[in-house]
Amino acid sequence: MALHNMDPKRCPMPSQDPNIRNKNFEEVALGYTPEMAINEAKRCLGCKHKPCQSGCPVGIDIPAFIGKVAENDFEGAYQVLSTSSALPAVCGRVCPQETQCEGKCVRAIKGESVGIGRLERFVADWHREHSNTPATVPAPNGHKVAIIGAGPSGLTAAGDLAKLGYKVTVYEALHLAGGVLVYGIPEFRLPKSIVQQEIEGLQAMGVEIQTNMVIGKVLTIDELMEEYGYEAVYIASGAGLPRFMGIPGESLKGVYSANEYLTRVNLMKAYLPDSKTPIQKSHSVAVVGGGNVAMDAARSAKRLGAENVYIVYRRGMDELPARKEEIEHAEEEGIIFKILTNPVAVLGDENGCVKGMECVEMELGEPDESGRRRPVVKPDSNFVLDVDTMIMSIGTSPNPLIRSTTPGLETNRHGCIVTNGDDGLTSREGVYAGGDAVTGAATVILAMGAGKHAAKAIHEYIQSK
Amino acid sequence: MFKIVERKELNPTVTKLVIEAPLVAKKAQPGQFIIVRANADSERIPLTVADYDRENGTVTIIFQVVGESTMELNELSVGQCVHDFVGPLGVASHLDGLKKVAVVGGGVGCAIAYPIAKRLHELGCEVHSIVGFRNKDLVILEDEFNACSDKLIVMTDDGSYGQKGVVTAPLEQLIEQGEQYDEVIAIGPLIMMKFVALTTKKHNIKTVVSMNPIMIDGTGMCGGCRLTVGGETKFACVDGPDFDGHLVDFDEAMQRGNMYQAFEKHAREEHCNLLHKTAE
Repeated sequence: MALHNMDPKRCPMPSQDPNIRNKNFEEVALGYTPEMAINEAKRCLGCKHKPCQSGCPVGIDIPAFIGKVAENDFEGAYQVLSTSSALPAVCGRVCPQETQCEGKCVRAIKGESVGIGRLERFVADWHREHSNTPATVPAPNGHKVAIIGAGPSGLTAAGDLAKLGYKVTVYEALHLAGGVLVYGIPEFRLPKSIVQQEIEGLQAMGVEIQTNMVIGKVLTIDELMEEYGYEAVYIASGAGLPRFMGIPGESLKGVYSANEYLTRVNLMKAYLPDSKTPIQKSHSVAVVGGGNVAMDAARSAKRLGAENVYIVYRRGMDELPARKEEIEHAEEEGIIFKILTNPVAVLGDENGCVKGMECVEMELGEPDESGRRRPVVKPDSNFVLDVDTMIMSIGTSPNPLIRSTTPGLETNRHGCIVTNGDDGLTSREGVYAGGDAVTGAATVILAMGAGKHAAKAIHEYIQSK
Repeated sequence: MFKIVERKELNPTVTKLVIEAPLVAKKAQPGQFIIVRANADSERIPLTVADYDRENGTVTIIFQVVGESTMELNELSVGQCVHDFVGPLGVASHLDGLKKVAVVGGGVGCAIAYPIAKRLHELGCEVHSIVGFRNKDLVILEDEFNACSDKLIVMTDDGSYGQKGVVTAPLEQLIEQGEQYDEVIAIGPLIMMKFVALTTKKHNIKTVVSMNPIMIDGTGMCGGCRLTVGGETKFACVDGPDFDGHLVDFDEAMQRGNMYQAFEKHAREEHCNLLHKTAE
């Protein structure tokens, strides 16, 4: 056994210089070299009780895969990863590891945790670049399952069910599979070619993906089960319906939902000079909200050439819901944080274009029922922020299309599908749901975890019939 | 990929395509729309379902060549495919129970008004159609409207065919002559729908308009197509495209419609230049 690396700090990951990267859409973090990966892997103590694994929503055997990396067996490491995760190159990049696997790492007690996400990313990238082993197509078990939505939750469930021999068809409303991985998370955080290759891996395993299929419109869930013979359906349609604030001026030209802005930029590639889909050329942009989506929108706007980009958030820096790493990246790239600020109106010019945003200053009062200190308006603090573009990133809710066309499907007052505990069973027999469609907007990895649980539950349900 | 089985130029700028899309054809209803992408790198654009044949599994779209995306679509011939064809989207028009309706169509909007007039006729409703065009060369679907209308009035702006003038004049005349319409359905340019709504408002006749804002996904996930209707924000792709014409904020919709005018003009010119080059 090789000696452990007892450096309290993790091996840094090379990345593009902030002042260069804020002008391009290429990936910010460049990834470990094999030497760096082995070196970092040796910081893992290989704990027997594996606290890190319990922090991973899809339960990857983390010490086992890192042990293989330390031994220079990258393909072996990939094999360990792929038994638990269908999309390791994605998760290694976008999971909030600090609150999951890395948050439980014993090395974090005296120093920094092992860079589990970076190692996962390294292994998945290494496999993609070096391995030519054809995918093993599992023996068919004769059962059919339909999945609604080709986002992280649907793709994970598809991968797990395909491995068990199910004939899986994924129905996707957009023209490309990937969900938020292709329309939401920008190229500079998650290159689309990587998403594409992970999806091709699933297809090689026998998963069929049908794009341009809006379930609820072109086919209903009842038709899928009665006419097409699917024994179970997994609804993973996400939470894509954007919220607006309801303040005056929100219909002015230059006010976008983050979904629209990011869909134009990412899915339709409006950042490319020869794109057929237009996007506003902005000088000053205000992004309202403080989550990861807000950071993505702000950093995209900067890359599209905006001089001033503001994050406008009604609470303080400590309350920002985005990942720390994303906030740091945004700050490095020159995004300006206007915290304790809330818009009250959008101001327009004579052509109906945004010319400013009227805001009020806030201060933090007593904690509310969510435990966060409630923002309160400071009297007479109105001021105008000069902007020509405003991006609303204050959250999304599940699309009503499926619930309005599926009789007997129970939903709550937020429009989220109600499921029975962990297995994702809905109020309809054979119909399971998970991811943002159930929880409302959450994270990629939680959606993947839900996909895994649902796949297991669907397998048990079909086998026991 | 969705195969084009028929193509017809209805006039110098308006083309009809019949496209093989059995699942869409099975569910489509008048008033609904589809999102189409001509090629792998094309923009997503909304077009209304102009007709459908459930038996043959085809859907008809009719479009006016106004910019780069419609030019790309117009360049495809029979046997070729459109890359993406999604639908049917939006809420179908509510036509049941109507006894007497005036259907008002303007320009290429007549392609959307026609399936509605046809469906109303099939339902036993008395249909008065008023269709308007800029000039004689742009008149489309006259025979089709004739076949399903109890009364048909064709208008041209320059008087080169039918009567001279805009569609609101004969509509107002019919109403003043005592025609009792349950509803007026207007489909065409925003400015036309706005004035139809203003005309019928005076006479307190329920008026439905089919809105055509900028769209991307067409499934309710971006809000790019939002409109103000009766003071509330609505997404045309999921709540519409049909709305009460007396409640729609047309001025705002017209303003939002020209958001990308500069980009579109540039794209169109680029595309035309490319065409020139290939021609040379």
